[in-house]
Amino acid sequence: METIEQQSVQNKINELANKEVYIHLETTNGAYASHFDEAAYNVGAFIRNAKVRYQHGKIISTGGSYRVGLKLDIGWVYAEGVTDYEIDEKNRLLMAGHDREGRLMVALEISETPFSSEADLDE
Amino acid sequence: MSKEHVVVIFPHPDDESFGASGTISEFRSKGVPVTYLCGTLGEMGRNMGNPPFANRETLAQFRRKELKEAARELDIDVEYLGYRDKTLEFEQREQIANHLKERIEALEASVIITHYPGYAVHPDHDALGAAVVEAVRLMKPDERPEIWMHAISNDHEADLGKPDIVHDISPYWDRKLAAIKAHLSQADGMMSLIKSQDQQSEQLQRLKTERFYKYNFS
Repeated sequence: METIEQQSVQNKINELANKEVYIHLETTNGAYASHFDEAAYNVGAFIRNAKVRYQHGKIISTGGSYRVGLKLDIGWVYAEGVTDYEIDEKNRLLMAGHDREGRLMVALEISETPFSSEADLDE
Repeated sequence: MSKEHVVVIFPHPDDESFGASGTISEFRSKGVPVTYLCGTLGEMGRNMGNPPFANRETLAQFRRKELKEAARELDIDVEYLGYRDKTLEFEQREQIANHLKERIEALEASVIITHYPGYAVHPDHDALGAAVVEAVRLMKPDERPEIWMHAISNDHEADLGKPDIVHDISPYWDRKLAAIKAHLSQADGMMSLIKSQDQQSEQLQRLKTERFYKYNFS
């Protein structure tokens, strides 16, 4: 992944608008947060292969990391804290935010084909 | 026991190296075959390398390569069980137990190394450890392998007392380090910790001891 170039990401978001797309959305602070720090809480959420169609989307920054919002007919997809992106060989838009140690904190990915759902041993 | 075969059952590529690679190396040095039944590809891990070289979609491929390399260092066989990282506790326990029982019987396991359910911190560790106990419970009592369970949680010794098995693995420390290092995407934190320690430090000495509790069915 590379540091986000806002215009490239915006272009890709535009290209995927008004199409049936699959979303991977995730945030996590790891399964060991409260193991290493008693005062911390383990929180995380992910949804893989949510099938949506968004009217439009934007990537916005007020300095530092980026927020991405996708407007659906009856709702929203939202991610805050993405820092890096990649358009991979399957033409998917992968975005993620990493902490100083390179650990993933948030991810938002948009694809025209479903993401792998089972442990794919052939991939 | 006619024939020895150690079957290690953990959910993630790297659990075997962090948790049991000294003990595994000791078994291998005696010529005992070791098979790692790895529950998932670790595809939801949050470590992507430091600096990151993997992403959510490529992490599984990196982790498979890393485990292949670690398995080469440890001279063990690897089989994947095909579940998905983070989801083991939501699968049907009986289904996983039956799956495991079939593999344990086919491999003729004499000893199983797994996590101590309820004391293993990560929900996948707890869920797979519990499924292992259930799998072995389903076997005929005289065919059951021993279960050695690895506890991780900070409170475990207060609840469980002293472990039944305490292995000083310092003779195999280099092998353990090599296996941990093979997990490039995951090992950065641990390697920095190890490098930052004085060689005689208590924390490093702890890493050179592997402890297990034996499951008692009676």
